[in-house]
Amino acid sequence: MVGITSYGSYVPLWRMGGKAMGMKTEKAIACFDEDSLTMAVAAGLNCLKGSDRASIEKVFFASTTFPYKEKQAASVIAAACDLPQGVGTVDVANSLKGGTSALMSAFDAVAAKSAKKVMVTAADMRMGLPMEQHERTFGDGAAAFVIGDTDVAAEIEGSYSVSCDMLDIWRTQDDKFVRFWEARFGLTEGYLKIAAQAVAGLMKKCNLQPADFSKLVFYTPDPKSSAKLAKMLGFDPGTQLQNPMLDVLGNTGTSFALIQLAAALDEAKPGDRILLLGYGDGADAIAIKVTEQIDKIRNKNGVKAQLDSKKMIPAYTTYLVWRGLLNPEHEKIYYSNYQENTAVPAIYRERSRILTLCGSKCKDCGVIQFPPQRVCVKCHSVDQYDEVKLSDKKATIFTYSMDFSSMVDQPTVLPIIDFEGGGRAEVYMTDRDVKEVKIGMEVEMTFRKIFFDEGIYHYYWKAMPVRFQ
Amino acid sequence: MEGIRDKVAIVGMGCTKFGELWDKSPDDLVLESCMEAIEDAGIDIKDIQAGWLGTVTTGNSGTILTRPLKLDYVPVTRVENVCCSGTEALRNAAYGVASGAYDIVIACGMEKLKDHNSGFNWARMPPDYSRVDVRTAPAQFFAKLATRYFHHHGLSLEEGKTLLARIAVKNHHNGTMSPNAHIRNEITIETVLKSPMIAYPLSLYDACGISDGGSAAILTTPEIAKSLKKDYVLIKGFGVSSGSGQPFLTTDYDFLHMEENVRAAAAAYKEAGIKNPHEEIDIAEVHDCFTIHELYIYEDLGLSAKGEGKKDVEEGRFALDGALPVNTDGGLKCFGHPLGASGIRMVYELYNQLLEKAGKRQVKNARIALSHNLGGVPGANCAVAIFGRNN
Repeated sequence: MVGITSYGSYVPLWRMGGKAMGMKTEKAIACFDEDSLTMAVAAGLNCLKGSDRASIEKVFFASTTFPYKEKQAASVIAAACDLPQGVGTVDVANSLKGGTSALMSAFDAVAAKSAKKVMVTAADMRMGLPMEQHERTFGDGAAAFVIGDTDVAAEIEGSYSVSCDMLDIWRTQDDKFVRFWEARFGLTEGYLKIAAQAVAGLMKKCNLQPADFSKLVFYTPDPKSSAKLAKMLGFDPGTQLQNPMLDVLGNTGTSFALIQLAAALDEAKPGDRILLLGYGDGADAIAIKVTEQIDKIRNKNGVKAQLDSKKMIPAYTTYLVWRGLLNPEHEKIYYSNYQENTAVPAIYRERSRILTLCGSKCKDCGVIQFPPQRVCVKCHSVDQYDEVKLSDKKATIFTYSMDFSSMVDQPTVLPIIDFEGGGRAEVYMTDRDVKEVKIGMEVEMTFRKIFFDEGIYHYYWKAMPVRFQ
Repeated sequence: MEGIRDKVAIVGMGCTKFGELWDKSPDDLVLESCMEAIEDAGIDIKDIQAGWLGTVTTGNSGTILTRPLKLDYVPVTRVENVCCSGTEALRNAAYGVASGAYDIVIACGMEKLKDHNSGFNWARMPPDYSRVDVRTAPAQFFAKLATRYFHHHGLSLEEGKTLLARIAVKNHHNGTMSPNAHIRNEITIETVLKSPMIAYPLSLYDACGISDGGSAAILTTPEIAKSLKKDYVLIKGFGVSSGSGQPFLTTDYDFLHMEENVRAAAAAYKEAGIKNPHEEIDIAEVHDCFTIHELYIYEDLGLSAKGEGKKDVEEGRFALDGALPVNTDGGLKCFGHPLGASGIRMVYELYNQLLEKAGKRQVKNARIALSHNLGGVPGANCAVAIFGRNN
C-alpha cells in the first residue's frame, strides 16, 4: 500500500480583506519576508513534526512562483527541513496542477521502489494586477505530504490525468501579474469539460461510483464552479464537496487543492474515500482512501487552526509595500542598508548555521554556543564540539531593541533570545505585535527572507511569537 | 611585568574643531591637529622619529600621516581597533618611547566620516563572515543594554529615559563651553524625551554626533620633556581588553555591565598604582556613544560604587562642579565622534585640564585623569588610559 504517511499545511498569519479593502471576503497573504520557498519550508516542518526524516529520499516542490528562474528551491527546502544530504530534489514548475502532479510522481516513485519516502511540497503567492479581481481572490499558502509504503494513513488508490493546452490563465517569464482570457471561456471549455473528463476517467479506471466518495477536494477557479462540476458528474455538492475556503484563504494556486486535502484529512475518518482534483493545462484526478492510521498522524495545528490564527493588514498600501509594488527596487527596501557586501563562498561555508541554525555544543563542558565556535568560549577546548540544531527549539526574549529605519518592517524588532536547553542568538523578529513584545516572551523560529543583495535572496531564521501553544 | 608608569611624557597636543567639516580633507585634519601639537611641544617636524595613526575608515597605511606632514621615510604604522583606534595609536607610540626605540614620536587620530553618504556604513568594510545574520546600526546594541537595565531595575520607560536624559543634558551643557565641539547647545530632559525614537528605547538625543576631526599628541621621555617645558603630562598606565564576542555566544552575559570595561580598567589601574578609583580619579573622559553606555561606565570603571550609578547621576556627581567631572568638553555626545580621532581628543581635554588650560571648563585641582574608549559592540574592545601631572 502506497500513500500519505504524514501531512502538513501552512497558512500565513496575515489577512487582507474586509471593508477597508473593498472586499466582502478575506484572503491569506504572505508577510513581506515570506515567499513560496519559505512557506513550503513552514508546511514541510509542520508535516515532518515527529516523523522520521532520515528515510526521506526525494523532495518535490511544486509552484508557479519560484524565487529564482535558475537556482533550485527544493534544495533549499530540503536543507532548511534538515533532510539527509542524500536526498533527490526536484522543482515542479509552471502549472497550477503541479501540486497534484508532484503527488502522483511521488506515488510512482514509492510504488516503483525507487524511493522509500518522498516529501511533496507545494506553495504559491501569485499576484493579480493592482485593483483587478485576481488580486482579491488569490491567496498565499502551502501544503506538504510525505508519501511512503508503511504506516499509510491515506492510500492512493489510483489516478487519471488529462492534458489540454489552453490559455485560460498564464504568465510569461517576465510577467509579475497573471494574464487571463474571458472567464467564461476557461470555465465552459476548460474547467467544466477537462476536469470532468479527468474525474470520469478516474472513476471508470478504478470502477468507482459517485456514492463511493465521502469528500470531493476540488481545485476551483471561483466559489461556484466546483459545485456545478460536482453536480454535473452526479455528486451531491451539499454533502460531498469540501469547502474550498475561497472566502477566508483565497485561491493559493499550486497548493490550493492540497491545502484543501490537508483540511479534509484534519477531519477524515478511517474508511473515507477522497477524490482529489488538480486543474491547469489539463487536470489530475486522484482517489485516496483513508486508513485506521489517520488518527495517529492527525495534524494538531491543522488548516482550521491556522485560518483562525490571523492578523489583518491595516491598509491596502501595506499589501502594495509588502509586494514591492510602490518601489521599483523593492527587494532592497525591506532591509537596513547594513545588509550588503555578499560573499558567496562564506555563505556556502556557513550553510549549516544559515539553513538549520546550527550551533556548537562543547564535548568537554557541554555549553551550547551560537554561531558554532571551534574554540569553546567557556573551557577553551579546541575543535571538541558537536553541531546542534537550534531552528526547532523554542526560546525566550532576554532583551531587545527596535530599529525605526526600515521602510517596510516598522519598527524592526531585534531581540536577543535564549534557546531552551542553551544557546543564545541575536535575531530579527517577525509576525509580531510590537505592543506584545517584552522580556521573557516565548518565541519560535521561522525560516524567512532576510535581505536581497547581488541578485541573491538571503534566507535565514527569524524569531516569531509562538503561534500555537 | 614592570609597566610604563611615568616613563613617557606628553609634551604637546592638538585637536581640530570637530563637526561636519565639508571643506576639510583628511590631509587637512592630520596637518592641522599635528601642527598644533608640534608647536605646543616646541619641536620641529624633523624631530619626529616615528608615528602611529589611528583611523577606522579613512584611507590605508601610514602614508595618511606621512603624506600631509611630509615626514621623510620615518616608520609610521596605521592602527585600527574600531573606536579605540586613537587610544591605541597613543599606546603604541608610548611603548615606542618607553622601549627606548625612539625619543620623540607622534600619535594622531583622524576620521573623515562626512565623505561617506549618510555617515559610516560598516557594511562596506571587507567581510569576515557571510553576514547572513542580523546587521544593524551600533545604536541597536546599546538599546538592548537599556531595555535590560530598565527591566532589571524596575524602571518604567519614562523613568529609565529620564535617567539617561540627565547624562545627555550634562554633556550638552559642557559642550557649550567647548569652542571646538561639534554640537554646542543647552538642552533639557524634555528635549531628549521628545526627540524621535531611533533605537527603542533610545532616542536621537541619547546618541552622539557623526563628525569629522583630527587630534594629535607628541610623546617623549621625561628627561627630554623636562628640557622642553616646565609643565607636562605623564602617562600612568594603559589597560586594553579585547573580548571574543562572549555576550552573544552563550546565555551567561547579563547585559548589565560590559566585561571589557571592567577588565581594561583593572589593568590600567594596576599599572598606574590606583587602588580606589572612586576617590583617586579626579576627572574622566569616557566613551558616551550612547547615554546608556556612560551610565554603565560609571560602575564598570568603579567611578560609582556598584549599584550607585543611578543615584550618582541624579545627585550630579559627574557634573562639571561635581566630585568627579566626566566629559567636561561635551564628550562624544557633543564634541563629536570621528571614530579614530576620539581617543586622542579625550586626552587633549585631560591634558588641558591637568595643565589648567581648560578655560571656562577648568576643573579645580585635577591631578589624576582617566580616558576610556569602547570599540565595537559588547564583547569587543576597550581601552583605558590614566594620566597625571609631572608635578
